[in-house]
Amino acid sequence: MSSAEPSRRDFLYIATGTVGAVGAAAVAWPLISQMNPDASTIAAGAPIDVDLGPIAEGQVIKVFWRSKPIFISHRTKKEIDEAKNVNVASLPDPQPDSARVKEGHDQWLVVIGICTHLGCIPLAHQGNYDGWFCPCHGSQYDSSGRIRQGPAPANLYIPPYAFLSDTKIRIG
Amino acid sequence: MSGPSSYQPQNAFLKWFEARLPIIGLVHSSFVAYPTPKNLNYWWTFGGILSFMLGVQIITGIVLVMHYTPHVDMAFDSVEHLMRDVNYGWLLRYLHSNGASMFFVAVYIHMFRGLYYGSYKEPREVLWILGVIIYLLMMATGFLGYTLPWGQMSFWGATVITNFFSAIPIVGETVVTWLWGGYAIGNPTLQRFFSLHYLLPFVIAGVVVLHVWALHVAGQGNPTGVEPKSSQDTVPFTPYATVKDSFMMVVFCIVFAWFVFYVPNYLGHADNYIPANPGVTPMHIVPEWYYLPFYAILRSIPDKLAGVIAMFSSILILVFLPWLDTSKVRSASYRPLYRVFFWIFVAACLGLGYLGSQAPEGIYVIAARILTAYYFIHFIIITPLLGLIETPKPLPNSISESVLKRSGAVAALLALLVGGATFLGSTPSALAQEKQEIHETPIPPRNTWSFAGPFGKFDQQQLQRGFKVYKEVCSTCHGLKFLSFRNLAEAGGPGFTEAQAAAIAADFKVQDGPNDQGDMFERDGRVGDAFPPPTTWKNEAQARQLYSGTVPPDMSVLAKARTYERGFPWFLLDIFTQFQEEGVDYIVALMKGYEPAPAGFTLPAGGNYNKYFPSNSIAMPPPLTDGLVDYTDGTKSTIEQQAKDVAAFLAWAAEPHMEARKRIGFQVMVFLVIFAGLMYFTKKKVWADVHGHA
Repeated sequence: MSSAEPSRRDFLYIATGTVGAVGAAAVAWPLISQMNPDASTIAAGAPIDVDLGPIAEGQVIKVFWRSKPIFISHRTKKEIDEAKNVNVASLPDPQPDSARVKEGHDQWLVVIGICTHLGCIPLAHQGNYDGWFCPCHGSQYDSSGRIRQGPAPANLYIPPYAFLSDTKIRIG
Repeated sequence: MSGPSSYQPQNAFLKWFEARLPIIGLVHSSFVAYPTPKNLNYWWTFGGILSFMLGVQIITGIVLVMHYTPHVDMAFDSVEHLMRDVNYGWLLRYLHSNGASMFFVAVYIHMFRGLYYGSYKEPREVLWILGVIIYLLMMATGFLGYTLPWGQMSFWGATVITNFFSAIPIVGETVVTWLWGGYAIGNPTLQRFFSLHYLLPFVIAGVVVLHVWALHVAGQGNPTGVEPKSSQDTVPFTPYATVKDSFMMVVFCIVFAWFVFYVPNYLGHADNYIPANPGVTPMHIVPEWYYLPFYAILRSIPDKLAGVIAMFSSILILVFLPWLDTSKVRSASYRPLYRVFFWIFVAACLGLGYLGSQAPEGIYVIAARILTAYYFIHFIIITPLLGLIETPKPLPNSISESVLKRSGAVAALLALLVGGATFLGSTPSALAQEKQEIHETPIPPRNTWSFAGPFGKFDQQQLQRGFKVYKEVCSTCHGLKFLSFRNLAEAGGPGFTEAQAAAIAADFKVQDGPNDQGDMFERDGRVGDAFPPPTTWKNEAQARQLYSGTVPPDMSVLAKARTYERGFPWFLLDIFTQFQEEGVDYIVALMKGYEPAPAGFTLPAGGNYNKYFPSNSIAMPPPLTDGLVDYTDGTKSTIEQQAKDVAAFLAWAAEPHMEARKRIGFQVMVFLVIFAGLMYFTKKKVWADVHGHA
């Protein structure tokens, strides 16, 4: 096939090949797309409301949103102070406590309860920092859910949520 | 495949690789350099098409398994979930279910081509027998696959087919119990059928490799039946056969796509949209169309064991065909007598197929017996005898001399069409008299629907009115469990806004829980919720108590689960006119079909006379009255209008992606026609020099 002098035959072959390739790509799309979350899964990922009223000070509860565990911690005065009085610059993933809670709701920490290392679920009230300890590979998080020690690269993620009232939040 | 390959790699790495694993050379000698007779007609392209279809079935099947649950309580629901919620799930399932039919269309053409051109004769006996084995495996796979959706036909088809084995003397019952893994068809049966349905296609693929291997040892046959004598008679497989096969694959895909996008349920049975019910057998239990001739043979024998033996023999006899045919001439083109009997045999097979779909009564049984006898006579008497008495026409000296006979394939296709049409035309009309008596109920009148035809779209106002009818009238007794409130706001549906769907949902009470006290509680519905079950009955046992022994059916797939017999020739024309609104028309007719019972008809207790209901006695009292539903869009609220509106709503509920299906279908059709045209001219260009030399 000389590109300098394309013949009508070349054009026909290239056109046929191109159309065939476009067809093959179009066929591949449904086969790929079917593995994405289906409509019922997406619908089940709708926001959830959580009543904070029954959660006692010092208690951590676990709720599920989009099949992920969400930790809601009702922090004590001590835990709040510890979270605030850290030299932020010394942290592996520097973030002040104020960036991890909603203004005026310092006692409530809401985080996705999945270790940022490899996806295990850390245990509450364990470790050296009044926070969480991940049993899989030993990552330790503080009372603000920030990584302090161990292989995890980032702080526990914060899900999208908002306070509907002082005792009710909507996650999602 | 025999001897060292002619493939000589130039690249150093490929040389190194080829010396260690000569796989590229194998592919090259089998599918590139392989000499193929240059006079092959289009009937020879179906081998390639079959390989393609096997690939389609395996790929779509693997995908379906990602969403299917092989459990009696969840199988039907998981299929509906696939059809509704999974991205392109409807497309993948329709590709797979219609793909099975297309696979059989191709295999039957391939087999009849073999019969016509004597492809089974020495030295191709093993090749032929491998083909018969593939065919048997295909039948087993198709049957196993049809049980998986766990509808009524799945269940009862499985029951009937497995009961074949109960005909075996002494150990029959034991064998059947072993097949079932229980005292009846049940969950163990479904799970093992699923496992085997996944396995067998790969077994088929393995035997296909042997089939192709045997083909490449003996070489392909050709329409003259004269073996190629020199390289003058052959062309390399690539590009000649490759481009020709590819062109026909695209043409075949047009037919395939027509079924998938426009009449996807035509080749299935409405009954299979009713969940399996071990307590009720469907009125007419019929296998998939590709088994019908054998089913007719089975039923035509009045003895159980003999019937099963006859049915299996009718397939196994093909194994012995190479030795039953005594003629030295392969191709029917040079066998004037055999050619006639070949077409009679084709007609007999079509006839058996038609009879297999009819109720085993009266003249149908007699006709089936005659054709069954003829089927075996063709193989056991006519085929051996013809070889002895027939004077074949003189054979050409070589393929090159024979010159391409273009008219051959066209004439054969015409003969097939004419033969089939005349046969179908003559037989049933003679039986029409008989049929009238079998019909107890009148044919539902046809309505015009906005969603009919290739560009059909739902009338949103009509769907909204229909939903109102469902909500205010039907929903007290009938569920709609496969639909969620969110569907009401989805594209291609009734066109409610998100806010309207949320408001509708909030109008329904949904059970949730347990709460912190461990109790279930009721709350307002949300858009993500499925429609709650009806409130008038808690479970089937209570429903039977309330409604004279019946359970009000769930309405989610009702419009696809109901039909009526279309009769000849409509059932054939429906493929082309894309008529598929039988179920919707039936629902309208049923709503309007209430009448006082005629004299002499004893209405059972709790029954209402309805002229369109199969037994004429229906537990549901007339649900609609004029003005019952208050329409807000100015439409007059007559029974007729309400019936049509709710039927249209149910048509959408049964097939929520219909608009997308038809829209994508049109795009696919345009693409395929353009692609087929390009392929045709490419094929012509590639073959130009061969035809020039010939």
